[in-house]
Amino acid sequence: MGYKAKFRVWRGEGGEGRLEDFTVEVNEGEVVLDIIHRLQATQAPDLAVRWNCKAGKCGSCSMEINGKPRLGCMTRMSTFAEDETITVTPMRTFPVIKDLVTDVSFNYQKAREIPSFTPPAGVQPGEYRMQQIDVERSQEFRKCIECFMCNNVCHVIRDHEENKPAFAGPRFLMRIAELDMHPYDVVDRKDSAQEDHGLGYCNITKCCTEVCPEHIKITDNALIPMKERVVDRKYDPLVWLGDKIFKRSRSTKG
Amino acid sequence: MTQTAADSPAPARRQRAQLKERTLRTDQWWRYPLVTFIIFTAFLVYATWAIFDNDFFVAPYHAPFASPCLAEAVCPEEAQLFGWAPLGDWYTWPPGLLILGLPAGFRFTCYYYRKAYYRAFWLSPPACAVNEPHSKYTGESRFPLILQNIHRYFFYAAIVIGLILAYDAVKALIEKPAGVGTWVLIVNAILINMYTLSCHSCRHITAGRLNHFSKHPIRYRAWGFVSKLNAKHQELALISMFSVMGADLYVRLVAKGVISFPFA
Amino acid sequence: MEIERHEYDVVVIGAGGAGLRAAIEARQQGKRTAIVCKSLFGKAHTVMAEGGAAAAMGNVNSDDNWMVHFRDTMRGGKFLNNWRMAELHAKEAPDRVWELEAWGALFDRTKDGKISQRNFGGHQYPRLAHVGDRTGLEMIRTLQQRVVALQQEDEKLHGDPEAYIRVFQECTVTRLLKTGDGPGDPISGAFGYWRENGRFILFDAPAVVLATGGIGKSYVVTSNSWEYTGDGHALALLAGAKLINMEFIQFHPTGMVWPPSVRGILVTESVRGDGGVLRNSEGRRFMFDYIPDVFKDQYATTEEEGDRWYNDQANNRRPPELLPRDEVARAINSEVKAGRGSPQGGVYLDVSTRLPAAEITRRLPSMHHQFKELADVDITKEPMQVGPTCHYIMGGVEVDADSAAASVPGLFAAGEVSGGMHGSNRLGGNSLSDLLVFGRRAGAGASAYVDGLKARPVVSEESVATARAEAMAPLERDGENPYEVHHELQRTMNELVGIIRKAEEITQALEAVEKLKERAKGVGAIGGRIYNPGWHLALDLRNMLLVSECVARAALKREESRGGHTRDDFPGMSPEWRRKLLVCGASADGSSVTVEEKVQPGMRDDLIKLFDRAELKKYITDEELAAFDALVKE
Repeated sequence: MGYKAKFRVWRGEGGEGRLEDFTVEVNEGEVVLDIIHRLQATQAPDLAVRWNCKAGKCGSCSMEINGKPRLGCMTRMSTFAEDETITVTPMRTFPVIKDLVTDVSFNYQKAREIPSFTPPAGVQPGEYRMQQIDVERSQEFRKCIECFMCNNVCHVIRDHEENKPAFAGPRFLMRIAELDMHPYDVVDRKDSAQEDHGLGYCNITKCCTEVCPEHIKITDNALIPMKERVVDRKYDPLVWLGDKIFKRSRSTKG
Repeated sequence: MTQTAADSPAPARRQRAQLKERTLRTDQWWRYPLVTFIIFTAFLVYATWAIFDNDFFVAPYHAPFASPCLAEAVCPEEAQLFGWAPLGDWYTWPPGLLILGLPAGFRFTCYYYRKAYYRAFWLSPPACAVNEPHSKYTGESRFPLILQNIHRYFFYAAIVIGLILAYDAVKALIEKPAGVGTWVLIVNAILINMYTLSCHSCRHITAGRLNHFSKHPIRYRAWGFVSKLNAKHQELALISMFSVMGADLYVRLVAKGVISFPFA
Repeated sequence: MEIERHEYDVVVIGAGGAGLRAAIEARQQGKRTAIVCKSLFGKAHTVMAEGGAAAAMGNVNSDDNWMVHFRDTMRGGKFLNNWRMAELHAKEAPDRVWELEAWGALFDRTKDGKISQRNFGGHQYPRLAHVGDRTGLEMIRTLQQRVVALQQEDEKLHGDPEAYIRVFQECTVTRLLKTGDGPGDPISGAFGYWRENGRFILFDAPAVVLATGGIGKSYVVTSNSWEYTGDGHALALLAGAKLINMEFIQFHPTGMVWPPSVRGILVTESVRGDGGVLRNSEGRRFMFDYIPDVFKDQYATTEEEGDRWYNDQANNRRPPELLPRDEVARAINSEVKAGRGSPQGGVYLDVSTRLPAAEITRRLPSMHHQFKELADVDITKEPMQVGPTCHYIMGGVEVDADSAAASVPGLFAAGEVSGGMHGSNRLGGNSLSDLLVFGRRAGAGASAYVDGLKARPVVSEESVATARAEAMAPLERDGENPYEVHHELQRTMNELVGIIRKAEEITQALEAVEKLKERAKGVGAIGGRIYNPGWHLALDLRNMLLVSECVARAALKREESRGGHTRDDFPGMSPEWRRKLLVCGASADGSSVTVEEKVQPGMRDDLIKLFDRAELKKYITDEELAAFDALVKE
């Protein structure tokens, strides 16, 4: 069953490093993370890799395998040919700490910039009444395991470091959509999505959706609907006129 | 409160892993942009030819690229929409020029087409995890691409165009139910309208903009229907593109007499 | 060499459900709070919890209330639970769940818009608030976002988001610091290192809340992640606190058994709650053969009745697949040992013949995903292979029920690292609610303790130097690879102190642990201090060994079978032993571990009266029963 696989793993600290070659044993049913662990246990005890649950639920072991952002624990070795050289590198968009471990603090910074869930004043815990169909859209986004691969793959910041301050990335634009669609959230998030968090930078090329290990339809269900909501607010004279005529409050949410 | 002092190991410098390769992908990532590029280019070439081709009508068939025909001088009476031709004798250019901007604008600002041509034509990015060649990027955050936000108005127009194509097809069905052209137009009208309805703006307008579906059961049902179509938006965009091109070419070939069997 | 130093009022170690809830509470009470966690913020093991949070809200069945929940919890724990904790837990869980909703959690809903609740093993009524099968993720994300919300508040008020609550992520605590060496000396801080760069960090803090979770990494087959190395248990022991109930380890009945690399990863109990059945290689629903006497009245005896229960719970008894976890785990173990297991050494868990495919993917999306991605098995078409996996330790730091305070002043513990709440066996769904209820109480307890202090305890510089030397040691040695010692320990515990235990095997295990302790003193870590997993493991070994010794010593001492402790040589449950708790302590250097008996305090009158005499009779001594009779007569 087992065979020897060829691995090339990026090793280095603080950005400087190189791809190192390894030959390592592979057994049936294993995933890439298992092989990295075997390298740790047998050939390179100080090979750094971030991991946790090993079941695709915590989003820790994000890496790039043959150039594609993947979770190491969810990439089965059987998807590769036995004679294939498998290249494993850290996520490219974030600064590297060591080997496969990157500094993902960009994401935590962005998370903190988005105003939190804000329920209407006066609703006590236990009094919330929401229909299943009204929470389902936001629930899809809350499946996010924060592996940050969508932010890693998004060319807006992957290829343009200078956009980082202006762009929250798919993960956090989706968070804005999640809150904007929340039946009890009262903050108006449309203007800030566009002005403060860079929704306009998104050119909907869908790489975030392609790499999402939770198969969340980030582009179709979060980013585009959010763009449309922004259009309502900022670029739709008919809606603007309707608001004027019927004296609808601009913060009214359906 | 916090006093940080230098400890022995120097703090790691914060920079990305230095990798020279533009991408380490080993699959054929270039296929998608290449195929898209070829298909779209072919479509543009055909559309340019079709606009300037005058054989757009042969009773009861109306080539979709020239429908509706709104100018008295260039449109045969039967080809006019309810005999309505607001533009007088002075207009002598091809009729397609008048209206083609609407479906073209709809497709140009469509979220699927945007994805496809940003990738295939502008290489921004050419494929996921493949570096783009541009040194600066602001996306749709400023002029001119911020204009993509007018998609919704093209959607409204596309509904009208879709209805007109449906009208053309029904008219053909009444006059020549057994004609191959009739059925070509019917299939095309269905696909065009399905594509139009599957639009992200349509999904937003039906109920996507609401936060309480439960208070709007009918709109919610409409949203559910549109969402199902929307999941196939890319497929519908491409199929309807082929169908409209095919239907248009078919009518023109009949008009030119190239196709001339009895049930054509 | 200098050490990065911070001053806080409360330091919470661990950022899972309990840790975050404790930190939120401490911050809400105005304390400067640090959260220290080994992983990234939001990755804690709580995300793995699938089923839900048990809280008697009565949204689905209005007959449910805290008393029913309390009874279920005590029953599940075989009456060994700290009854005061079980009471507080049952009473406060609904408020804790509702609070999450006000912080943005989106639970699945009932038709009238309330939080939906699902059935689970050992719970009489549908009681688990849930979000599909990713409830733990929802909880951790909600608490994480609550922390962020508080930081945003602080930024507005003080201009610094980290003024009152700060997360130190990828940071490991290796020692608790005290003012002196005596067991009565109070906590004064904590010492640890940044995983990222290996630099040392010291917290000056009068109160420390342990919320480090469990010990599963001492076993080969476990559902737990690498973080579960018993850090909190060991830190408490070394600081002079006591652990109780360490012999009780829950083996979840259904872990994946194939492929080998994911062996142990959990298959949620909801699979059974939603209709999945267990079969052996002969196709028999064997659980009907394993209903113990104490549960005879509550479980269906025929497949027909069991199947009717899914649609009509009022008039039928539940199928035995939903027995408490210990019973199901033992049953599977017996079937496999009797040669009726599946090819890869488990049994079959089948939902494919029980529900339509669309229903399976809707109700169990992440299970469907997990099997598809990890094992290439489509659970809508074929059965899963499952077997027991080390899942949860009921034992932990002995704490005061109301304040979560340990015996060492300034030390608090909540969640899996604390002991008592679940007795000898935890019910599914009681863990998430435990985290919330006692997380909050620990945060409040720590705050109150800090308020009551006259002066801040001072860290003794000597203890810092010792902690520093201890942490540096593996890097300065050129010794054995720590992975080998770890694997040896895991094999030892799995084989000799596993689901079914025997005196001679446990004795062997203790001898093996003794040898491993010696080997651990010699392990070395190659490489530098920057994100060096070998070094980290070398440091974690101390904790795993210490905790394993506690488990083995307590398991040897308890000569009966109860809940998560099954002795082949003492198969029965003994009412005498029910009154005894085993308390584990260690010397300050961890070299010697002792286990002593302690009497379990009797239940408060109004609580014991919630039970039927017939039920109590199965658990308590004649003497206790007589006292109960006298009480009822009054």
